[in-house]
Amino acid sequence: MSKTSIKITSKKLNLNECYNFVTAASCGGIAAFVGTVRNDTQNKKVTQLDFSTYKPMAIKEMQKIAELALENFKIHKIAIHHAEGMLQIGDIPVIITASAKHRKAAFEACEFAIDTLKETVPIWKKEYFEDGDVWVNAHP
Amino acid sequence: MAFWIEFVQLIFIFDTMKIKLLFFGITRDLLNTNEMSFEVLENSSIKNLKKELHTKHPSLENINSYAIAVNENYATDDLILQENDVVAIIPPVSGG
Repeated sequence: MSKTSIKITSKKLNLNECYNFVTAASCGGIAAFVGTVRNDTQNKKVTQLDFSTYKPMAIKEMQKIAELALENFKIHKIAIHHAEGMLQIGDIPVIITASAKHRKAAFEACEFAIDTLKETVPIWKKEYFEDGDVWVNAHP
Repeated sequence: MAFWIEFVQLIFIFDTMKIKLLFFGITRDLLNTNEMSFEVLENSSIKNLKKELHTKHPSLENINSYAIAVNENYATDDLILQENDVVAIIPPVSGG
């Protein structure tokens, strides 16, 4: 039985699905990180975000993160799901859940997974403003 | 005869190969394309490829930095390319 659930989808992400995947009788806790689309960046009003991916490689990199998390923290299971396509304010681009016997490992695994995802997984977001758009992190 | 041998050797030395380039994020907008076929000298490294790319597509200077992935794995500058490799230009990522 797989200990990791990795997904990139243009459909709405489902927190229940990520929760149900990691839940287990042997676990005393489940930690979840849910990313949400914020309505401003550097005091500028954001209208929507567009996520594009290099899907086959992004899946591989997310799988690597999940496996590293299983190796480095005492967790039972981990799910990492990411959205692609156009998202509106309040929508959910990413969900990470981890279950563990004790809570600390679950918290740490979630933090590790989102931090690493933001550094290595080939996904890009374009922010749309009322007066134009910009690729995040692309410029000096 | 000697001339022909040298000529053939010369062609051999400068043999080129084709790779496929993929573009993502801002580089898609800068180059106005998602992918292209690209010719490099045989035994080119990623470093050589970057030099060639910048010569042919100076608009790439407009971005901060980028990573390279070969066949869906991050690659370092000293990696030697093979014919038909799929090489992705990975501008700074911003998922999450």
